[in-house]
Amino acid sequence: MIHSLFLINSSGDIFLEKHWKSVVSRSVCDYFFEAQERATEAENVPPVIPTPHHYLLSVYRHKIFFVAVIQTEVPPLFVIEFLHRVVDTFQDYFGVCSEPVIKDNVVVVYEVLEEMLDNGFPLATESNILKELIKPPTILRTVVNTITGSTNVGDQLPTGQLSVVPWRRTGVKYTNNEAYFDVIEEIDAIIDKSGSTITAEIQGVIDACVKLTGMPDLTLSFMNPRLLDDVSFHPCVRFKRWESERILSFIPPDGNFRLLSYHVSAQNLVAIPVYVKHNISFRDSSSLGRFEITVGPKQTMGKTIEGVTVTSQMPRGVLNMSLTPSQGTHTFDPVTKMLSWDVGKINPQKLPSLKGTMSLQAGASKPDENPTINLQFKIQQLAISGLKVNRLDMYGEKYKPFKGIKYMTKAGKFQVRT
Amino acid sequence: MTDSKYFTTTKKGEIFELKAELNSDKKEKKKEAVKKVIASMTVGKDVSALFPDVVNCMQTDNLELKKLVYLYLMNYAKSQPDMAIMAVNTFVKDCEDPNPLIRALAVRTMGCIRVDKITEYLCEPLRKCLKDEDPYVRKTAAVCVAKLHDINAQLVEDQGFLDTLKDLISDSNPMVVANAVAALSEIAESHPSSNLLDLNPQSINKLLTALNECTEWGQIFILDCLANYTPKDDREAQSICERVTPRLSHANSAVVLSAVKVLMKFMEMLSKDLDYYGTLLKKLAPPLVTLLSAEPELQYVALRNINLIVQKRPEVLKHEMKVFFVKYNDPIYVKLEKLDIMIRLASQANIAQVLAELKEYATEVDVDFVRKAVRAIGRCAIKVEQSAERCVSTLLDLIQTKVNYVVQEAIVVIKDIFRKYPNKYESVIATLCENLDSLDEPEARAAMIWIVGEYAERIDNADELLESFLEGFHDESTQVQLQLLTAIVKLFLKKPTETQELVQQVLSLATQDSDNPDLRDRGYIYWRLLSTDPVAAKEVVLAEKPLISEETDLIEPTLLDELICYIGTLASVYHKPPSAFVEGGRGVVHKSLPPRTASSESTESPETAPAGAPPGEQLDAVPTQGDLLGDLLNLDLGPPVSGPPLAASAVQMGAVDLLGGGLDSLMGDEPEGIGAPSFVAPPAAAVPANLGAPMGSGLSDLFDLTSGVGTLSGSYVAPKAVWLPAMKAKGLEISGTFTRQAGTISMDLQLTNKALQVMTDFAIQFNRNSFGLAPAAPLQVHAPLSPTQTVEISLPLSTAGSVMKTEPLNSLQVAVKNNIDVFYFSTLYPLHILFVEDGKMDRQMFLATWKDIPNENEAQFQIRDCPLNAEAVSSRLQSSNIFTVARRNVEGQDMLYQSLKLTNGIWVLAELRIQPGNPSFTLSLKCRAPEVSQHVYQAYETILKN
Repeated sequence: MIHSLFLINSSGDIFLEKHWKSVVSRSVCDYFFEAQERATEAENVPPVIPTPHHYLLSVYRHKIFFVAVIQTEVPPLFVIEFLHRVVDTFQDYFGVCSEPVIKDNVVVVYEVLEEMLDNGFPLATESNILKELIKPPTILRTVVNTITGSTNVGDQLPTGQLSVVPWRRTGVKYTNNEAYFDVIEEIDAIIDKSGSTITAEIQGVIDACVKLTGMPDLTLSFMNPRLLDDVSFHPCVRFKRWESERILSFIPPDGNFRLLSYHVSAQNLVAIPVYVKHNISFRDSSSLGRFEITVGPKQTMGKTIEGVTVTSQMPRGVLNMSLTPSQGTHTFDPVTKMLSWDVGKINPQKLPSLKGTMSLQAGASKPDENPTINLQFKIQQLAISGLKVNRLDMYGEKYKPFKGIKYMTKAGKFQVRT
Repeated sequence: MTDSKYFTTTKKGEIFELKAELNSDKKEKKKEAVKKVIASMTVGKDVSALFPDVVNCMQTDNLELKKLVYLYLMNYAKSQPDMAIMAVNTFVKDCEDPNPLIRALAVRTMGCIRVDKITEYLCEPLRKCLKDEDPYVRKTAAVCVAKLHDINAQLVEDQGFLDTLKDLISDSNPMVVANAVAALSEIAESHPSSNLLDLNPQSINKLLTALNECTEWGQIFILDCLANYTPKDDREAQSICERVTPRLSHANSAVVLSAVKVLMKFMEMLSKDLDYYGTLLKKLAPPLVTLLSAEPELQYVALRNINLIVQKRPEVLKHEMKVFFVKYNDPIYVKLEKLDIMIRLASQANIAQVLAELKEYATEVDVDFVRKAVRAIGRCAIKVEQSAERCVSTLLDLIQTKVNYVVQEAIVVIKDIFRKYPNKYESVIATLCENLDSLDEPEARAAMIWIVGEYAERIDNADELLESFLEGFHDESTQVQLQLLTAIVKLFLKKPTETQELVQQVLSLATQDSDNPDLRDRGYIYWRLLSTDPVAAKEVVLAEKPLISEETDLIEPTLLDELICYIGTLASVYHKPPSAFVEGGRGVVHKSLPPRTASSESTESPETAPAGAPPGEQLDAVPTQGDLLGDLLNLDLGPPVSGPPLAASAVQMGAVDLLGGGLDSLMGDEPEGIGAPSFVAPPAAAVPANLGAPMGSGLSDLFDLTSGVGTLSGSYVAPKAVWLPAMKAKGLEISGTFTRQAGTISMDLQLTNKALQVMTDFAIQFNRNSFGLAPAAPLQVHAPLSPTQTVEISLPLSTAGSVMKTEPLNSLQVAVKNNIDVFYFSTLYPLHILFVEDGKMDRQMFLATWKDIPNENEAQFQIRDCPLNAEAVSSRLQSSNIFTVARRNVEGQDMLYQSLKLTNGIWVLAELRIQPGNPSFTLSLKCRAPEVSQHVYQAYETILKN
């Protein structure tokens, strides 16, 4: 099982280590550093690195490498999932997960890690339970603790740990009972030069924020559950009921959680809400190239596209760019060759465009590769797959909760080739 | 107010100050001090000197302080074992605490103190905790057994903790069950022989019940444990599958993959005709696709596993090609894996899309990725024949870009395309030659040289091109040198008049100036061949090459089956069985897929999945990386063998010409005057010892090397048997047998006249038979057969006669006529006379074919009482045209993989398992026409036993 954990920052310092079995010398990380050096960018460090006596499994998030050391045959996905869970927990506890924050809260971090694994076996990874065991630091609590001498370690067995609903603590009380659900869909797409879709798929999630007193039992039904043929559920969802009736029935955890995630595959027809018209050309003779892109709405079901940003990694040969946007602001970093254009909202009457010239290194041949355009955008009140919640009901408790459902569509990995 | 304050140091010395604070009376101050100690510990500072002071703080009601001290203890107890004993009492006391959280905490911490002396004190509290009323304590105690076992295995066994742990599998609480399973699995890993996880239908049922209710991590442990179980029949397998399927919708990807493993394994037992089988297959695809939208690290592991799954069951993801398209900001390790899978899924239906994508990738920035994309285009051409033309034109487009590494990569793959489709795309050679100068990588240079040599007759200036390479001969890598040598010899054999000087130059460079034994040996072989018999040289060097097979990097079926059992583990990431890399090889148990057994009675022959214990060294046999070339030219690409330089080979060659008078015969009627008289064979002293002294034998060695071109093969000949007794044929007795000599089948007949009159006018005719055997010449009995006279005749047979399936398959009805009457008899011919000489299948081809032939076509036989060893078996079979494609030793058993081809083109693949000391062999035969298996088996028996 998981032997040790090392946290390494991007400059290669190990700033935290935790061992769940015998102590593994931190020199084992040298193998990691080697791999890090070989991979030019931090993102490209391979996640599984063998060493003579150990295996190093790592994830890279928030500019920190979380490196787990294992000694025996352990499912790597198990380790990687766990590492991501560690990051999520830190984020949940401290708001952000960064080197200074971890250093500032090192004792809490240590206590949390100790609760998460025992002898390398996961112990408590639900943030609901962890927070009962070790209370997250807040300014108020620190002040109170200093005055009263009480601790931020719970001395009662977390109630959820062994019940049939381990994800929910008992005795939850709220004055305002509310349940909010966010249906968020991300479109991953590759669009080719001519504007036709090579592949497009939707990754959707339903995130919930449930603050309900007692032990509510909720059911959520959809207008078109047919869309959900590839779903992953939070453990609270009763699978049998879904299989037979296509209804989500569950006792929710308290607070924020992801109820389900789903995937609408490339085989279904996915609506593409934006298009990009581009004309990026280099000429053999001149050291100037033309650059022109226009962004416009396509299938938006009448909704506005907002928060549009365009980024593109320009070829190495491009020295500088002189561009004029019709709206928004743009920057070009001559070192990283990254062009980014913050467009904002798209007004269908007046399409935003960015035009100008690129200057190339004098005498250099025209670049071989074509830049790919990366798009970010948001559409409020629309789930692009067409998924719609029909109704939400609550059983088991007498009060009337306040319910709300929000839809949003975002760009995931949305790429346009030129 | 953050913890960073714990890191500030003062002038007096940190340790000193901390010591003072730890011994303070104020609780709050103590706690702050312990926190400072822990903070120092986490960043790797040595604070072990504070051990006694910290342990003193242990007896406290403050849970946080207690936890902090425990954290400290776990870290430093090992370095201070004597001091650690001081803590034991507190532990024992805490194990009795009314608060289950404290009991659990104590038992958890005790197990983490890795001090032998303490473990003895641990046993009693642990025993109590294993039976604790609170499940939280029980589940913690279960893990503690595994910890203790790690420190002192003997103690755990003596104390009977293992049995208690086994009992916990039946615990009422699912979390306890999951932890007990996890602990037992970990212990079992270090004790492969022990039967700790004794799974039976009852315990499986308990596990399946717990599976639904325990945490995600517990589900992984239980699923991995389930995967080790072998259901007794297909019904049980199906019911387990049904209960595992819901796990595919879990949010935790590790749960999903573990569930996939269980399903992939148990599916093996389900009949493909079952409706459920199809349903299950459909259910597997979506979760695998979903894994690809997770974080890149998870994607990587998922992709490595998908690579295995698509090899085993390509139908699962055949419609999902698009999800493997590469996004430009994927990390490089994800990109490379996606490419691999794209090629595996490429088929005629989607090839256009795939090619368009690959072309796009070839213009990306990352060099490694671009190279692999170019290679992938070549692999598509080889895999999907219909696309070859488009692939070639795409490659030509890429060569036009003149990007150095793209050009080189393209040339390497074009060479492979030439080998797959000879005489089809040679028109592009001219374009390739234009880029000759830009090639600086050995692999590309070698490929280009190969092309020039192979097509020397179509390239006008081939000699100039090769000569240009020759200038820096000694600076080239071995691979290029070997290729250059071969290419120039080819050129010489094709254009002997103009290139004589060139070939002499290269031969002398290779044999005299090189200290690479491979190069020298090859040089000598060519030299000797050319000087002895140029015609033979032509036959050998310019022999027709076998086509390369589709996919060279398929994993061997047995290994693949084993790896399927390891889905989701490190083994699946490395594509190696754990025995190949697990530390210390702790006697890892080989896993194999369960054989398909039907619960309902059926008459099916016992089918075994090609299971058996998978070989350990398999990995060397098949490269799992996408290195095409490595296989194609493995003769050329072997790493340079460093041997002692052959000192004796200092031969004075000078201007002496290398080639004996054989040139004349090569050139036929060419004008004289081209140095025929000056050709002298190389002095015998130059012959390296391993070539064998007599030149003739050296040559025949060479022929053996090239898989028996031109050798006469004599199959086993049975003694003659009486086919037609005299009394049935008015005095004519016919006995005979069948032989196969040098590719011709003949029927050796012995005719005896036992009548009183002379017999004349003999003729023979065959009835139509299964393999179209027919006399190739009339029966020639030259003189009349006088009474008591016997004549021996060898009647050549052909297989061009008309075909009709007979029963049994190998029966032959013969009519013989003479001046007296027409007589009929029937006989059985042994099948091995039909085994043709070119029945040796290429290794890769063998693999692919074995995999391709459905398991239903496999038949197993026992060959008893055969005292031969593997070598003898192999050589004996070879003389009857049963060729050993590969041989491998697996756990003491010899596995021979053999192929043979019948005259009608039917291939039969065989796996022969030989156990030293055991005269019984197991023969598994796979063939698309399973009805021949029985007869092939009989042929094996006959050949081996005589």
